[in-house]
Amino acid sequence: MSEKFEPTIIGFLCNWCAYAGADLAGVSRLQYPPNMRPIRVMCSGMVPADIVVNALEQGADGVMVMG
Amino acid sequence: MNVELLTLSEIVDVEGDAGNFTIKVKKKSRYVDTDKCIACGLCAEKCPKKVDDEFNANMGKRKAIYIKYGQSVPLKYAIDPDNCIYLTRGKCRACEKFCPTGAINFDDKEEIVSINVGAVILAPGFKAFDPSGLDCYGYGIIPDVVTSLEYERMLSAGGPFQGHLVRPSDHTEPKKIAWLQCVGSRNTNQCKNGYCSNVCCMYAIKQAMVTSEHLSGEGTEQSIFYMDIRSHGKEFERYYENARKGDVQFIQARPHTIDPGKNNNGVIMRYTNTEGRQIVKEFDLAVLSVGLEAPEDAPQLAEKFKIELNHYGFAKTKDFNPVSTIRPGVFVTGAFQAPKDIPQSVTEASTAAAEAARILSASRGSLTKTKTYPPENDVKDQVPSIGVFICSCGINIANTVDVHALAEYAKDLPYVSFVDNNLFTCSADTQAIIAEKIKEHKLNRIVIAACTPRTHEPLFQDTLKEASLNGYLVEMVNIRNQNSWVHQKEPEKATQKAKDQVWMGVARVAKNYPLDQISVNVVRKALVIGGGLAGMNSALALADQGYDCILIENNDRLGGNAWFLNHTYKGEPIRPMLEKIIDKVENNEKINVIKNAQLLSVQGSIGNFSSEIQADNEKINVNYGVAVVATGAKESRPAEYMYGKDDRIMTHLEFDAAVRNNNNEIKKAKSAVFIQCVGSRDEKRPYCSRVCCTHAVESAIFLKTVNPEMNVYILYRDMRTYGDREDLYKKARDLGVLFIRFNRNDKPEVSIENNEIYVKVYEPVVQLPVKLYADFLILAAAIVPNKNDELVELYKCGVNQDGFLNEAHPKLKPVDMPVDGLFVAGMCNYPKPVDESIAQGLAAASRAGVILSRDKMKLDAIKSMVTDKCDGCALCVDACPYNAIKLEHDSEKTGKSYVVSDPALCRGCGICEATCPKGGIIVHGFTTEQIQAQVDAALTNQLIY
Repeated sequence: MSEKFEPTIIGFLCNWCAYAGADLAGVSRLQYPPNMRPIRVMCSGMVPADIVVNALEQGADGVMVMG
Repeated sequence: MNVELLTLSEIVDVEGDAGNFTIKVKKKSRYVDTDKCIACGLCAEKCPKKVDDEFNANMGKRKAIYIKYGQSVPLKYAIDPDNCIYLTRGKCRACEKFCPTGAINFDDKEEIVSINVGAVILAPGFKAFDPSGLDCYGYGIIPDVVTSLEYERMLSAGGPFQGHLVRPSDHTEPKKIAWLQCVGSRNTNQCKNGYCSNVCCMYAIKQAMVTSEHLSGEGTEQSIFYMDIRSHGKEFERYYENARKGDVQFIQARPHTIDPGKNNNGVIMRYTNTEGRQIVKEFDLAVLSVGLEAPEDAPQLAEKFKIELNHYGFAKTKDFNPVSTIRPGVFVTGAFQAPKDIPQSVTEASTAAAEAARILSASRGSLTKTKTYPPENDVKDQVPSIGVFICSCGINIANTVDVHALAEYAKDLPYVSFVDNNLFTCSADTQAIIAEKIKEHKLNRIVIAACTPRTHEPLFQDTLKEASLNGYLVEMVNIRNQNSWVHQKEPEKATQKAKDQVWMGVARVAKNYPLDQISVNVVRKALVIGGGLAGMNSALALADQGYDCILIENNDRLGGNAWFLNHTYKGEPIRPMLEKIIDKVENNEKINVIKNAQLLSVQGSIGNFSSEIQADNEKINVNYGVAVVATGAKESRPAEYMYGKDDRIMTHLEFDAAVRNNNNEIKKAKSAVFIQCVGSRDEKRPYCSRVCCTHAVESAIFLKTVNPEMNVYILYRDMRTYGDREDLYKKARDLGVLFIRFNRNDKPEVSIENNEIYVKVYEPVVQLPVKLYADFLILAAAIVPNKNDELVELYKCGVNQDGFLNEAHPKLKPVDMPVDGLFVAGMCNYPKPVDESIAQGLAAASRAGVILSRDKMKLDAIKSMVTDKCDGCALCVDACPYNAIKLEHDSEKTGKSYVVSDPALCRGCGICEATCPKGGIIVHGFTTEQIQAQVDAALTNQLIY
């Protein structure tokens, strides 16, 4: 493999904590790899299990549910 | 809507009294009809007259017809009559010729208008110190010496260099930059500003940190020359520590001379370092951190309003009435009262509003208007026609993400009919453009790729509503906070991520549908938790606005920490004022005081909370619309310096008590030693307790006053006597108090030898260790928050790493809490002195009054909704954390069970949605279908969609 493996990660971020935290990471200019595609949800508990499984089936290398 | 703006206006005359003032205002000519001006900018483009742009600190040019800056309110052009060629020489009128709306009016006449108001709030701000008179710094002579305000403009994307950092002399990128603190502050030799300007340390650190983002390559250096670093605000000390660990150098020295560098480029700085050595150092650019002064016209303003100014020219107020002047009905706020930072200014703006609301409570609502929007177009069943607006955020986004490539990409996405890129999508002019494009291209869904919806969604929802669209048809895509800011070193990958994010936003918004907000009744009563100075002042202000209050205190008496304090920093005795306030609270028929109280439960949400309170032997149920949390903080018990081993080693409050009790030993003492930062600003508590420096200085002055022969030492790390507290620091030095600076890694050592207390410390001026004898050792113990665990659990609100309750936004919403309907006041939010606690208590009452002033309020439409697929299995009922879902049985018609959700209790968390196996309950705006669409978009190429 000539190219470095770049994982695609789906992130579910709770609006009240993880999403706010990710915003704060921005304000603080904390640098992290750009592999995650963030999805804002109103609570991590709102993420149905079948969507997580479906994301992995569609080729996501990882799913993060943050709340 | 309920704010009428009179710009280009000045006060001519003031008559009348509190409740009924008549104010004559001179409205100067704008020469532009604000109803006709569409701010297209054609006039300024055609205007031949270039003028120094004062907003850009005269470093750039503007035209004689101009707007001050892009975010101006109102966004309307104005002609500067001193520079307009027609108005000065009678020829030109180019603007008039080119204006497409005929807005130019050269016949505009100055007029005097008379306005009738019940209360006045003065907020004229400050004037930045002008260092031109100080020849030692060469400002105005050496090109590469700039003020901090000029530097701020140099860094700005809207500034004279479009955000590309270049120095004035040769327009090359400076690598080595020096900041000089306290220019025009803490200085009575070269100017008369003996006070500390409060904000310069933090803005210099911020500028140094932002500079590292602007500069690339090797050899960059940011140095801050300081006397004391004053990072005494919430989270400021952490910021300072981060800067220290990062690229920023902090040099404790006051450079005495700046000379021009080679060929007049850069500067040569001379200073004496802490070891007493003379240093000569070259820098590419020097930034003078200029202080804040009272506005130039403050004396005239004070005369017109018959209010008093203090000896520095700022408005004079008292600690117990922090925004009131000597004239009833006239209040002051912001930097006009004292130099202060944004959180404090925003807080005290609400404090002034609370004081005004007290006076105006009888006539509240009699002149208010409500906003109406044009009728909504029904677009529910239309094919999506999506507009995508991509923000550059100056350079915040555009420096990392290729916004043009992003815009090109967005054009090919499904359903997208229009794409635009804006410098600042949030500016007033862009709002007008968005509304216009919605109409022009018949857009029915909007994607804003910019910053975070947590701060900006309401703004764009409003824009949609103005354009006859439902506010819930907008989707914000966060390409700043969660992209450009966090992937600064990887522009290509960041751009790819931004493309995916926009595509996810488009896929999602295509499935958005209009939502209606529901209204709930507001229980017009407040719960105040905590009966200290902040809580009591909050309760009194709410009661004076006409609202019933329940004040709960977990102690058996009101007053909190104020019982243990003697004087405020301005010297006002605390005890008599405290007793007066307690008396007022306990005898106010609108305030129900419950002592020995404990909050047991919380149900409901903004506008309608209910709680059970344990009081002595009974349980009381209360209903309320809002809560003010003022649970306070306390002085910690020191764990070092032999505290607890000897009665003569005490904390500040213990020493204050000894003074109150007329302890004779104190007056007879030969020597007293104070040690600062005991348990503050260390690994365990990386924050500054804010009040201890002033407290120590006050106590030292007291000792020197009662016994001038006494040796008084204050061992400190940075003296943080901010604002005019600096006067006390100076007075203490004048009285002979000795200040010895120590390093965090080389703390003083305390020993008890033959029943005598000794403190060993390294003295940096003589550069030798000294051993001080102490009859008394007073420790500045850290302020720690009272335990808030249960409260946090009950209200689902949060605390920061140090245990202080969080505000909704550190700068813009410093009194609101992250949970709607809750407000925070006093030391539970952060350590603060009496005047600031009272100010925040009053501010909380003002913010709470915004909700209590209405009997109905609209709630967010993001709520659960039961669909016809519900079969009454009730799995969701137990899953709901807010008890918003109930099981019902239709025994008459269908005989089936089903669930019902209460929108007033529902917070839209969607646990029900994820729990339901059948799609029987959904959350508006976050349906499974919408979330799935985002996942699909993130993982599929849009072209095969």
